[in-house]
Amino acid sequence: MKIDDFSPAVARDGNFNFAYLDERTKRMIRRAILKAVAVPGYQVPFGSREMPLPYGWGTGGIQVTASIIGPEDVLKVIDQGADDTVNAVNIRRFFQRTTGVEVTTHTTAATIIQTRHRIPETPLAAGQILVYQVPMPEPLQKLEPREAETRSLHGLAEYGLMHVKLYEDIVRFGHVATTYDYPVMVDGRYLMAPSPIPKFDNPKMSMNAALQLFGAGREKRIYAVPPWTRVESLAFEDHPFEIQRWSEPCALCGDTASFLDEVITDDVGGRMFVCSDTDHCLAHRPAHD
Amino acid sequence: MNAPVDLSRLSPGFPNAALDSQTVFRACLGAMSEPGRVTSLDSALLESTPAGLSGAAVAILLALLDQDTTLWLGEGLREGDAGAYFRFHTGCAIAPSLAQAGFALLSGRDESAALSDFMQGSEAFPDRSATLVVQCCGLANVGDAGEGNCWRLTGPGIRDYRLLKASGVRGDFPQQWSDNRKGFPCGVDVFFASGLSLAGLPRTTRLEG
Repeated sequence: MKIDDFSPAVARDGNFNFAYLDERTKRMIRRAILKAVAVPGYQVPFGSREMPLPYGWGTGGIQVTASIIGPEDVLKVIDQGADDTVNAVNIRRFFQRTTGVEVTTHTTAATIIQTRHRIPETPLAAGQILVYQVPMPEPLQKLEPREAETRSLHGLAEYGLMHVKLYEDIVRFGHVATTYDYPVMVDGRYLMAPSPIPKFDNPKMSMNAALQLFGAGREKRIYAVPPWTRVESLAFEDHPFEIQRWSEPCALCGDTASFLDEVITDDVGGRMFVCSDTDHCLAHRPAHD
Repeated sequence: MNAPVDLSRLSPGFPNAALDSQTVFRACLGAMSEPGRVTSLDSALLESTPAGLSGAAVAILLALLDQDTTLWLGEGLREGDAGAYFRFHTGCAIAPSLAQAGFALLSGRDESAALSDFMQGSEAFPDRSATLVVQCCGLANVGDAGEGNCWRLTGPGIRDYRLLKASGVRGDFPQQWSDNRKGFPCGVDVFFASGLSLAGLPRTTRLEG
């Protein structure tokens, strides 16, 4: 699969400032990113701009990427692990048009990876930056809707509410029922929403060599996990954190260790399980043609 | 403060404001995410700098300052061209007092201001704290821990530990940094700058030295 097959190259449009945003906006976002890195897991408020695509389509991630990207960068964009889905193709074309940077589907070739809801299966390297698109940055919001209140809970590192929620899950279902956007503690201090990645990906966040940046456009928050930072998924001693597992391998590449999507193949109950990370899956397929 | 600026004496800013500030910002981002790692900027970024200012310090501030920010100049920098230079090129305001400054440019041996005098942020908003750019005489990732101003750094962004030797920094800096660290999540963040080299010290970093 070549990138041009599903995402024809777009020429740089010189009528836009480099990376679309004006310089003053970029500086504001850059200052927010530096403070986010300095206080890992803390949500820095920023003046999110209106973007040429609606909230919910990754405007936070796009603004973060637009503020960090330079002409030498190589960009990869994924949506649920796939390079060829509509959100990924749109965002990739947006940056081709406004920056002219090189794009890739290969995790190892990218310097910046913007992602919606997955962390690539291939381990990231030092120097790479992973930019997450975040819908709901506040992990406590469903438990405590008042922002003034959640802000002081973070200030006091008072996260009993979340533990109670997980405990109630165990009482009701016998296990913690959260399977995505599973809350994590960053460097033992801040409770953080990892964005709606499957909990399968949570362990990859910890002691990762790459810098992880999170942008929430509608909620106007930026946060970060620096490289080599401890990220722990909340759990109890007698109910340790566990990731999803599948009883069968990927139907296309045969991998047994990657995150699988269920794909419905017909109207009579046919289904198959395939890797959600398309780059990983293609690299592991038996050679053909 | 609002005295007319003699433009003929001012050094130029970035040749290409958009792309050069991106380059410098990425160096800053790398420095903050990997504390203590010394990186160098390309000398082509700045043709010349105001007297007494290091290229890296100037570049960091040109990349991050604008009309929305305030700058405090440390001892010995207030009399020179620095204030006029940054006001002209970035539009920033010179902070009326050190406690109101979002950014500060200090020389390493400046004894007049302690880290705790600057904006620390609050528990609810720890991001509302000052970023200090401290000029020093030399930065290197070699040396022996315990030797004068050679520090052993640990914390987020550092896999095991990193050695940083920062020459020309006031002797009580490790003590002040340890106090800064105790106030987490509040506290200031520091960039060291020497010539075209820079290194970052976010408030999460533990420093022994």
